Amino acid sequence: MKRILAAAAIMCLLVSGIAFAQAVAPEPIKIGAVFAVTGPASKLGEPERNTVKMIEAEVNAAGGIKGRPIEIIVEDDGGVEANTVNAVKKLITNDKVIAIVGPTTSGASLAVKPIAEENSVPLVSCAAAEKIVNPVAKWVFKTPQKDSDAAIRIFENMKSKGISKIAIITSSDGFGSTGREQLKKHSPALGIEIVADETYAPADTDMTAQLTKIKASEAQAVINWSVVPGQVIVAKNMRQLGMTIPLYQSHGFGNPKNIQACGEAGEGIIFPAGRLLIVDELGADSKQKAVLAKYKADYQAKYPNDQVSTFGGHAYDALWLVLNAIKAVGPDKAKIRDYIENTKGFVGTGGIFNFSAEDHCGLDKSAFEMQTVKGGKFVALSSVKEEVKAKK
Amino acid sequence: MHSFSITLQYIFTGIAVGSIYAMVALGFNIIYNCTGIINFAQGEFVMLGGMFMITLTTTWKLPSLVAFPIAVALVVLVGVGFERIAIHPLKSPSVLVLIMITIAGSILIKGVAMFAWGKEPCYLPHFSSETPINFLGATILPQNLWILGCLAAVVIVLAWFFNRTLVGKAMRACAHNRDAARLVGINVKQMVTLSFALSAAIGAVAGIVITPIILMDYQRGAMLALKGFGAAILGGLGSGPGAVVAGLLIGVLESLGAGYISSHYKDAIALVVLLGVLFIRPAGLLGSAEIQRLKKF
Repeated sequence: MKRILAAAAIMCLLVSGIAFAQAVAPEPIKIGAVFAVTGPASKLGEPERNTVKMIEAEVNAAGGIKGRPIEIIVEDDGGVEANTVNAVKKLITNDKVIAIVGPTTSGASLAVKPIAEENSVPLVSCAAAEKIVNPVAKWVFKTPQKDSDAAIRIFENMKSKGISKIAIITSSDGFGSTGREQLKKHSPALGIEIVADETYAPADTDMTAQLTKIKASEAQAVINWSVVPGQVIVAKNMRQLGMTIPLYQSHGFGNPKNIQACGEAGEGIIFPAGRLLIVDELGADSKQKAVLAKYKADYQAKYPNDQVSTFGGHAYDALWLVLNAIKAVGPDKAKIRDYIENTKGFVGTGGIFNFSAEDHCGLDKSAFEMQTVKGGKFVALSSVKEEVKAKK
Repeated sequence: MHSFSITLQYIFTGIAVGSIYAMVALGFNIIYNCTGIINFAQGEFVMLGGMFMITLTTTWKLPSLVAFPIAVALVVLVGVGFERIAIHPLKSPSVLVLIMITIAGSILIKGVAMFAWGKEPCYLPHFSSETPINFLGATILPQNLWILGCLAAVVIVLAWFFNRTLVGKAMRACAHNRDAARLVGINVKQMVTLSFALSAAIGAVAGIVITPIILMDYQRGAMLALKGFGAAILGGLGSGPGAVVAGLLIGVLESLGAGYISSHYKDAIALVVLLGVLFIRPAGLLGSAEIQRLKKF
């Protein structure tokens, strides 16, 4: 009998112990993430997923936020808008997340913009299109730099060199066609005349026909707006045709693999991009240096087989915006939203963010640094001069 | 630039691009002739050719001359393996089932390639120098000459194979009439395997020679296959010479269209011509309406 009593007592202790443990283990703060981890946009979505997982581990290893761990629930939409809609609905209704990071692509972000609004959940998109935050939606933010700022930075650089007549060549996919729109929209104001406007399909293998036409025009420079492989083929085709006018590329050119692929044809290409690529070159006075260097080192240490990219950087900025808000105001959706909207001087990988009720992107054109390829490396294009200009 | 040089440049560009369409179209035709189906994994053979070549030359550091036949052989193995595993065991499959199988094969190969080589485009150096050759004011890359040379070699070898060898003639017999071919003792199933091997080889050659110019990634094959398919239809499904003529024609039309009309409508121009030709000659440029009527698809 005694033994039974003792056993029962131990059982009671154990059970209550478990119950006790459950009571004190703090419930995690749930944050949703939707990325195109698979599918055609996976080049973007995979580093984004990797980045948020890395931050989750880092924050939890440091004891979480105010003693509560964070849990990031990552959904893969494959870049398909219908999946994104389902994933976001699931995160909101089933998982009851307090904020969402992503989606990866512009189309998907626009598709879920109304859902975030209806459900009053803060959503920080990692996609570029300006329409995501223009018109401003109360609950929707985004971290990548704006296409229009990229176009403006290119035009400003051209003006400083006395270039006024240019040719544009763009791919016919979403990235290329929005770029084309922005280039055509902002060129008149900056006194740049587009004398040739050519396009090509994203999978085209040869652009010499379009470039021959440009060569015969009076263009003083070419802007190519596309992702791989078009941006490499255009550079090579220009060299083949013996074209000596400068080639400008969009911010999509910022991938070290492009340098290798372009070979000699890559030298001298000018493009705007975030500062992640040239982090080693940045002076100690650059506000972004510490953030970029840490992100690059951490990412490379955790994922040695993957190269750090600006896309992962967009997720880094988006998640830290949310986490900073939670740290400051606690896990409350409305308060998080208000906090993000009033964030000023947040130093991220994409630039220094200053949000306001009218601006849910928070970056201006100074987030872009004009860069070029020199000696097989990305370098800042006369970094000092450009910094001064950007500050003005 | 003189307007003559400009036109010449457009034609050079068109021929270079068209050669690839032609090679892909040839691959479609060989399998179509033997089985009556369109092999939707044809573009994946092209992609694999380029990818294997990249691995062999950059990771294994083999010289191009050695790597070339090995890469082709590896793709042939994939092609034959695919046929042996997925198509050969079927007793009397319908055309629709076979086509579905090739679509599945294409998705599978693409997925495996994505894991094996990653998602970023891979890069292969040019075979010879990258210095453009100037000809009457127009320029052409040495690599484009390699592409043309490979197309010529493929055409010559195929012509010799189908007209001069017993196996080639047996394959042609299958193309004309499978049942009659079986009656005279030709092992039709073996011919089908062989047709997969051949078209995998041609796809691989196309993939290898074009990779230095276009870069290669795991999903590149599908788009190349689409254009090649257009060429195969325009030339007349099953017609070898038709594939070559139509491939080059589509390439030149695209290039001239982009140059003289508008690059925004480049693909549309080629497609309008394709539709126009099919309207007048439903069997394609060099296809035979007689043969077409006997086919199931």
